[in-house]
Amino acid sequence: MLSIKNIHANVEGKEILKGINLEIKAGEVHAIMGPNGSGKSTLASVLAGREQYEVTAGEVSFLDKDLLELSPEDRAREGLFLAFQYPVEIPGVSTTNFIKAAVNEKRKYHGLEPLDSVSFLKIMKEKMKLVEIDQSLLSRSINEGFSGGEKKRNEIFQMAMLEPKLAILDETDSGLDIDALRIVANGINKLHSPERAVLVITHYQRLLDYIQPDYVHVLYNGRIVKSGTKELALELEEKGYDFITEGVDLNA
Amino acid sequence: MIDLTYLNDRFEHLQQASADDGIAVIRKNSFDSFNKTGLPTYRTEDWKYTSISNLFDESFAQAGHTITLADLDALRMPGHHKANELVFVNGRFDATLSNILSTDDELTVLSLKDAAKGEYKDLVARYLNKSSEYMKDGVHALNGAFIEEGVFVYIHKGKTPQHPLYIYHILDGRDHPVMAQPRGLIYVAENSRLQLTETYATLGVSDSFCNGVLEVVVDQNAYVEYYKIQNDKSNASQVSTTHITQIGRSYVHTVTVTLNGGVVRNNMNLVLDAAGNETHLYGLYLLKGKTHADNHTMIDNKQPNCFSNQLYKGIADDFSTAVFNGKIMVQPDAQKTNSFQSNKNILLSDNATINTKPQLEIFADDVKCSHGCTVGQLDEEALFYLRARGIPKDKAEVLLLQAYAADVLAHIKPMAIRAYVEKLIYEHLSIV
Repeated sequence: MLSIKNIHANVEGKEILKGINLEIKAGEVHAIMGPNGSGKSTLASVLAGREQYEVTAGEVSFLDKDLLELSPEDRAREGLFLAFQYPVEIPGVSTTNFIKAAVNEKRKYHGLEPLDSVSFLKIMKEKMKLVEIDQSLLSRSINEGFSGGEKKRNEIFQMAMLEPKLAILDETDSGLDIDALRIVANGINKLHSPERAVLVITHYQRLLDYIQPDYVHVLYNGRIVKSGTKELALELEEKGYDFITEGVDLNA
Repeated sequence: MIDLTYLNDRFEHLQQASADDGIAVIRKNSFDSFNKTGLPTYRTEDWKYTSISNLFDESFAQAGHTITLADLDALRMPGHHKANELVFVNGRFDATLSNILSTDDELTVLSLKDAAKGEYKDLVARYLNKSSEYMKDGVHALNGAFIEEGVFVYIHKGKTPQHPLYIYHILDGRDHPVMAQPRGLIYVAENSRLQLTETYATLGVSDSFCNGVLEVVVDQNAYVEYYKIQNDKSNASQVSTTHITQIGRSYVHTVTVTLNGGVVRNNMNLVLDAAGNETHLYGLYLLKGKTHADNHTMIDNKQPNCFSNQLYKGIADDFSTAVFNGKIMVQPDAQKTNSFQSNKNILLSDNATINTKPQLEIFADDVKCSHGCTVGQLDEEALFYLRARGIPKDKAEVLLLQAYAADVLAHIKPMAIRAYVEKLIYEHLSIV
C-alpha cells in the first residue's frame, strides 16, 4: 500500500530524514518509535505533504501512485489521513461544516454524489459514539477552546468520518490521560481492517498496549536503525533508546 | 482633469433654476469653498494614500433617467418587501421608484427642498451641511455646491418603524460615464429607532463616480443601526461620507462592508455631542483586483462619559490597496471618555498594499483610549490542516477568509442583511 524508498528530506536547509525505507501492506499496523528529534514527525509531515518540507531524494508510492506528486488535498482524497500531533484551532469555521466539506470533497474525487444532510448526520452520530465525542464540541469552531484530549478525539473522529486507507497517527497519545488514550485506541482499532493500514508514531510504548502493532521500527537520526515485532517496543520501554542508539554511527 | 468652466456653468444654472429652494446659500458657500481648496491631492494629509482627482472626468448626471422598476427589482436586497425603500438615480432622489410602507406619523420622507421650506425648515437650516465643519476638502464641498434632489427623512419621537429603511444608489452607466452626488439628511428624534442599509449599483459598463453625503442627527435616547454595503463594478468609484451627530445621549451602531469597486473612500464621522453617548463602528473590506478602499473614521468626543469602539478588518489580495485611518479626538470637556480602536489586516499578495494609521488627538486628562493595528498573513497551519482533510486550497482559503470576516459580520443584526452580505462575500471570494 505504502512504499517508501530512500527518502531524504530537509527542513530549512537542514537534512532531517537521511534515507528512510519502509513498506506497509494493507491490514498491517506499524509503529515508529524513536527519541525526540529523530525525524518521526518530519516523516509524517512529508507523507501528508506539508510544504515546508523539501524532499531531496527518494520516492514514495501510495496505492501505486507517486505520492510526492500529489497535493495534500489529493493525498487525503486518495485515502491518506494524518492525525496531527498539534491539531490546529480555526476560529470561525464550524467543525461539522468542515467535516461535511471534507467528506464531500473526497466523494466528489471518487465520482460519488455528495451526502445529503440526513445521511451525513446519521453517519456522524454513529462515529460520534465510536470516539465518545459530544455533539456540542462539533457545533463549535474547529478545535477552538478544546482541551488536549478533546482535540485528539476530534482527530480520531475525523479519521472515522473519512475512512482512510492509511492512517498516520502522529503522537496521538501525547498529552492524553488513560481514559482518553483508551477511547482513541478504541477508535483506531475499530477502523482497522484487512483493507486498511495504520502507522502509529509514538515516543512511548503505552499506546501500543492498546493497539497491537505488527511491526515496530526505531527511527534514529533520520534513519530506521532497527525493525522488529511488538516485543521490540517492550524492550525499548525497558531499556530506553540508548541500547539502540549506542554504536550507531551518526555519520554513516 | 476637472473642467472648471463646465462646473461653473452647471453651478450658475442650478443657482438660477433653484434660487429660492432654501439651500442656495449652502450651495454658494460650498462652491466658494470648492473654488478655494480645489480637489485634494496626495499632499493633503487626509488624502495621502487615495487619489481621486482623475475620477472627476465623468460627466455630471443630468435630470431625467430611464431606470425602470425592473432595473430596480434586480438590485433589491432581501427583506425589501417589508422595507421602506428610497431610490436615488444618478444621485437624485426619485420619489416614484421609492416605496414607503411606514405611516407618516412614524417616518416622514420629503425631498430636501420641500423639507427646507416647510415644517422641518428649522431642522434643515440647523443641521444640513454641518458636516462641512469637519470635512474641509473640495470633494465634500463639491457635493454641497450641487445639492439638488436630496432626501430628508424624519423618524418621529418615540416611534420604532416596523420597516427598516433601505437606500439604493443606482448609477446609470449604460450609455456614458456618470457622476452622481446624492445628498441626504436624516433626523432620528427622541426615543425613536432607525435601522438603515445603504447600497450602490452601477448599470452598464461605463465608469461611474458617486460622491455622496449622508448626514444623520440622533436625538436623546434614540437608537440607530446603519449598514453600508459596497459591492459595485470594478470601474465604479465613490467617496461616501456618513456624518452622524449624536446630539442627545443615544446609541449608534454602524457596519461598513466593502467588496468590489474602483476607488472607494469612506468617511465615517461620529460627533459625540452629548454626555454618555455610545457608538460602535465596524468595518470589513475584502479587496482584490485593483480595488482601492480607504476607510477614514473620525470620532469627535465633545462631551464627558462617551464610549466608542471600532473594529475594522480586511484583506488585500492581487493589486488591491486598503487604507485605514482612525481619528479619535477628545475635547477638553470630554472627561471619562472611553474610546477603543482596532484595525486588523491580512495581506494575501506581494502586489497588494495596506496602509493603516491611528490618529489620536486628546485634550482631556482623564480618558481611556487604546488603538492597535496588525498586518498579517493567512494562517499556513490552518490552511494545511484543511487541505490535509481533502479540502482544496482555494476552498480552504475561502473558508478561512469567511471565518476571518465572521466576527465583523456578526454585528450585522438583521438576519436578512447578514445572510445577503455573507452570500455576496462567498461569491466575491469564490470568483478567481
